[in-house]
Amino acid sequence: MSHQTDRLSHLERLEAESIHIMREVAAEAEKPVMLYSIGKDSAVMLDLAMRAFAPAKPPFPLLHVDTTWKFRDMYEMRDRLPGELGVDLLVYVNEEGVRQGVNPFDHGSEVHTDVMKTQALKQALDKHGFDVAFGGARRDEERSRAKERIFSFRTPQHAWDPKNQRPELWRLFNARKRKGESIRVFPLSNWTELDVWLYIYAHEIPIVPLYLAAERPVVERDGTLIMVDDDRFRFADGEHPRMRKVRFRTLGCYPLTGAVESDAEDLAGVIREMLLTTSSERQGRVIDHDSAASMERKKREGYF
Amino acid sequence: MAEISDLLAAHESKSLLRFLMCGSVDDGKSTLIGRLLYETQALYADQLAALEDDSRRAGTQDGELDFALLTDGLAAEREQGITIDVAYRHFSTEHRHFIVADAPGHEQYTRNMVTGASTADCAVILIDARLGVSRQTRRHSYLVALLGIEHVVVAVNKMDTVDYSDERFAEIQRAYADVMARIEFRGETTCIPVSALHGTNVLKRSAETPWYEGPMLMEYLEGVEVESSAIASPVRMPIQWVNRASSDFRGFAGTIVAGALAPGDEIVAAPSESRSRVQRIVGPDGDLQRAIAGQAVTVTLTDEIDCSRGDVIATPAEPPTVSDQLQATIVWMHEEPMLRGRNYLMRIGETTVGATVSPLKYKLNVDSLEHVAATRLQLNEIGRCDLELSRPVAFDPYRINRDTGAFILIDRITNETVGAGLIEFALRRSQNIRWQAVTVDRAARSTALSQTPCVLWLTGLSGAGKSTIANRVEAELHRRGHHTYLLDGDNVRHGLNRDLGFTDADRVENIRRVAEVSRLMLDAGLIVIVSFISPFRSERQMARRLFDEGQFLEVFIDTPLAVAEERDTKGLYRKARSGQLANFTGIDSPYEPPDDPEIRLDTTSQTVEESVGAVIGALEERELVPRG
Ligand SMILES: Nc1nc2c(ncn2[C@@H]2O[C@H](COP(=O)(O)OP(=O)(O)O)[C@@H](O)[C@H]2O)c(=O)[nH]1
Repeated sequence: MSHQTDRLSHLERLEAESIHIMREVAAEAEKPVMLYSIGKDSAVMLDLAMRAFAPAKPPFPLLHVDTTWKFRDMYEMRDRLPGELGVDLLVYVNEEGVRQGVNPFDHGSEVHTDVMKTQALKQALDKHGFDVAFGGARRDEERSRAKERIFSFRTPQHAWDPKNQRPELWRLFNARKRKGESIRVFPLSNWTELDVWLYIYAHEIPIVPLYLAAERPVVERDGTLIMVDDDRFRFADGEHPRMRKVRFRTLGCYPLTGAVESDAEDLAGVIREMLLTTSSERQGRVIDHDSAASMERKKREGYF
Repeated sequence: MAEISDLLAAHESKSLLRFLMCGSVDDGKSTLIGRLLYETQALYADQLAALEDDSRRAGTQDGELDFALLTDGLAAEREQGITIDVAYRHFSTEHRHFIVADAPGHEQYTRNMVTGASTADCAVILIDARLGVSRQTRRHSYLVALLGIEHVVVAVNKMDTVDYSDERFAEIQRAYADVMARIEFRGETTCIPVSALHGTNVLKRSAETPWYEGPMLMEYLEGVEVESSAIASPVRMPIQWVNRASSDFRGFAGTIVAGALAPGDEIVAAPSESRSRVQRIVGPDGDLQRAIAGQAVTVTLTDEIDCSRGDVIATPAEPPTVSDQLQATIVWMHEEPMLRGRNYLMRIGETTVGATVSPLKYKLNVDSLEHVAATRLQLNEIGRCDLELSRPVAFDPYRINRDTGAFILIDRITNETVGAGLIEFALRRSQNIRWQAVTVDRAARSTALSQTPCVLWLTGLSGAGKSTIANRVEAELHRRGHHTYLLDGDNVRHGLNRDLGFTDADRVENIRRVAEVSRLMLDAGLIVIVSFISPFRSERQMARRLFDEGQFLEVFIDTPLAVAEERDTKGLYRKARSGQLANFTGIDSPYEPPDDPEIRLDTTSQTVEESVGAVIGALEERELVPRG
C-alpha cells in the first residue's frame, strides 16, 4: 500500500485523527481504559485501537459495564471477540442494583439506566482507578453534542463541570489533571453515522448480527418495535410477539431499544437504506437514530 | 440506486474540508450554516421536525423554515454559563465532506475564533450587504490571517435587502480588498454575493445576480485546494509514543504533520540530532511504501538511536530549529491575565516544557493594528513576547508549519489551557545567558562554611507571625554557628523592590526577585530565611522550582485571618478595612494557602518557642543542620 495520490480521503483523515487521539492518551494517561458497549461505534473504536498500536496490543483493557439486560447476540460477541483479538476485557455489574432487582420493566428506563449503567460506570472506574476512559460518542449524534470537547474533564465525583472544559487547539491536547480527576476521551467525535458504517464495510469489521435485518419476534409499544429476546420479557395483557423483519440502528438494553422494519440483510443493504433515507423523508429515524435515553426524553416531551 | 461498491468508492475518495464560519451577531451566520446543512440533507428527521416546530412557534419567517433556529442551542447554554467555544457541524456533498467550525461571535470571540481557526483550512467571512465592511470584519480577517488560513471566502449576505445591486457588491469587494492589503494577507480571497435566507448563490446560481460570474459558495468550498502544500513541506513527525511490540520491534508512532516519508529516507531526530534511516513504515493497514502528511504511522529505523516522545523526526537537509528561547505571538484565553516572569507549562508538538514569559514587547490593538505598550495580557488580547524554555525543543516558525510552530500555555496549578502561541522565530542569544561554569561552585563554598545551604520560605498573612519566628529561627541557627541570611518582606521592599506596588503583577515580580536573590545566596552557601506573605501558590511554586529537591522548605504560618486581624500589630488591617490601603492580602487580595508545605505552624495553639523548635527540628530531621 502506498500513497501515490497526494491526498487522503476523509475516512483516512478521520482514521488518522482517532489514532492520534488514542496514542495521546496512551502516552499521557496513568491508567486508561476503553469503554466497550459492543455496538457499532465500539466496534470501530476497538478496531482503530488495534491499528493504532500494531504490532503491539492496545496498552489498555476494555471495560463493559453490563446492565444484565443486553441482547443475547451482544453477549455472544463480547465473550468471543476481545479474546480473539488478544485484548483484555473487564466486565462490571452493579451487584447492589442486581440485589435490589433493578430492571427496566419495574423501574422504567430512567432508574434502570441510572443504576445499572451510570452508577455502575462510576463504580467500575473507581474500583480500578482508571483515570482516562475512551467513549464512542460522536458529535453528530445530537445537536447538543456539536460543541463537546474531545477531552472531557470530570471531577473526582465524576461530575461534568461545564466551566472546567478546555479549548482544543491544533492537535495539542492538554490532558493534565489533578489527582482524582478523570477524563472521558471521544476519539470518534468527528465521525458521522455514515462514516462509521462505511468504515465497518471497508474494513470488514465484525458487528453484532442485530444490525442486519432478520425475522425477529417483536411487540409494538407506543409505535416502537421491541424485540422479545428472552423469557424475562413482560407482556402486557393480550400482547403477543409477532415475527417481523427488523434490524437495529443502535443497541442497548433489549427492552429499551427500538427496532426498525427493514430488508437490509447485509451491510451493503444497511448503507443503501441509510443513504436512501438521507435523501428522502427520513421517516423512521426519529426513534432509532438516538439512544434509548433520548428516546425516553422524547417520549416525555410528547413525541410519541 | 448505484451499486454499493461504487457508492463506497465515491465516499472513499471524498476529501475533507474543515472551515471556519465567522460573522458578527445578525450577519446571518446561523441562517447560512442552517441553509448549508438543510440543502446538503445533513439534518436528521428529529432535527427537521424540531426545526419545523420551532419555526412555526417563533413565527419569524412566515411559515418558512428559520434556519437560524438550528444552532440556537448555543444561546441557551450560554445563559446557563456553560462555556462554549466552538460548535462543529458536518455535511457532505458528492465530492467532499465538510466540518464547519461555528464560533459564537460574542464577547469571547477572539478565544473562540482562534480555537476554531486553529484546525481550519479555509474561512468564510460573512458581511451584511447593508452594513458593508465593519470593525468585526476587520477583526475576523486579522485573526484568520494570523492563524495562517490561506483561503478566505467572503459571503456578502442579505443581497436581497440591497436589491441584488452589483454596485453595492463591487463597493464591498473594493473595501474588503483594502482590509486584506492592510493586514498583508498573502492568501487568496474570493467574494460571493449571497442571500442565506433565500439560498441565493449558496448551492444554486441565481437569476437575481446575472452580473455575477464567480463560483457559488458551495462550488467554491468543494473546489478549494488545501492539502498539497503540506506534503511539499519539509518532513516533520513529532513522536507520540514509542512502540515496543517485542524485543525486536522498536517503532516510533506519530502523525506526519508535513512532508512525505518512505523506507530508506535519511532522517534526523531533533533536538537530539541523532541520525538514521527509515526501515519500515507501519500504517493502519500494514506496511506502507510511502506515507504523507496527515497519516498516523509507526516508523522503525535502521539504527538504535536515542529518541523518545516529543522528539521530531525530520530530514537532515531541512531540520527544524532547536532552541530554548523564542519569540511568539500569544493569544490569551483565560480570565487570569498573563503576567511577566510567571512560569507556565508549554505544550508544543508532543513535548511539554517549562516556559517563562519575559516582559511583553507590545500588545496589539486588533482594530487599528497598532502596537500598544503593556505589562500584562488580558483575556482575548494578543501580544508579542519572548519565552525562555526549561530545555531546548524542536520547532518551526508558525508561518512555515502550523503544527510544529504552535503551542499552548498551561497553568501549572489549575492545569487549564490559558494561552495559545504562534512562534515567530528562535532567539539566538541562548549561549550568552548560559551560566558560566566556575570552579568555585556551591559545593566548594558550602564545604568552606561547613554547612548545607537551604531555603526556609515562610508564607502567611500579614500579622501571622512570620517575622517573629524568622528572627528567632535565625538567632538560633546563628547561635549554633551557622551562616544565615534573613530576607524580610518589609526590608526588601524598601530597597531592591522599592519600585514595586501591590498589584498582582507587582506581587509576582516581587517574589520572582526575592526567589532569585535567595538562589544566589544559596549558591553562596548560606541558609536563607525568607519571610514574605507570598500569597500566590504559583509564585511559591516558581520559587521552589529554582532549587533542587530538598533545598527548599515551605513553612506555612497558619494563622487564621480573624486572629491576624485581631493582633493587627502594624495597624494595617484597620487601614485596609477602612479603605486606606488597597490590595491588602486577606482583605481585598487573595491568600492561597499551601497545599502541602514541608512545615506547618499553628500560632494559635503553639508558642513562639514551640514554633521555632518545630522549624529547627525539621532541619535536623532532614540532616540540613546537625542536631544541637
Ligand atoms: N433579508 C435577509 N435576511 C437574512 C439573511 N440571512 C439572515 N437573515 C436574517 O438576519 C437575522 C440574523 O440571522 P442569524 O442567522 O440569526 O444571524 P447570526 O447572528 O449571524 O447567526 C435573522 O432575522 C435572519 O432571518 C439574508 O440573506 N437576507
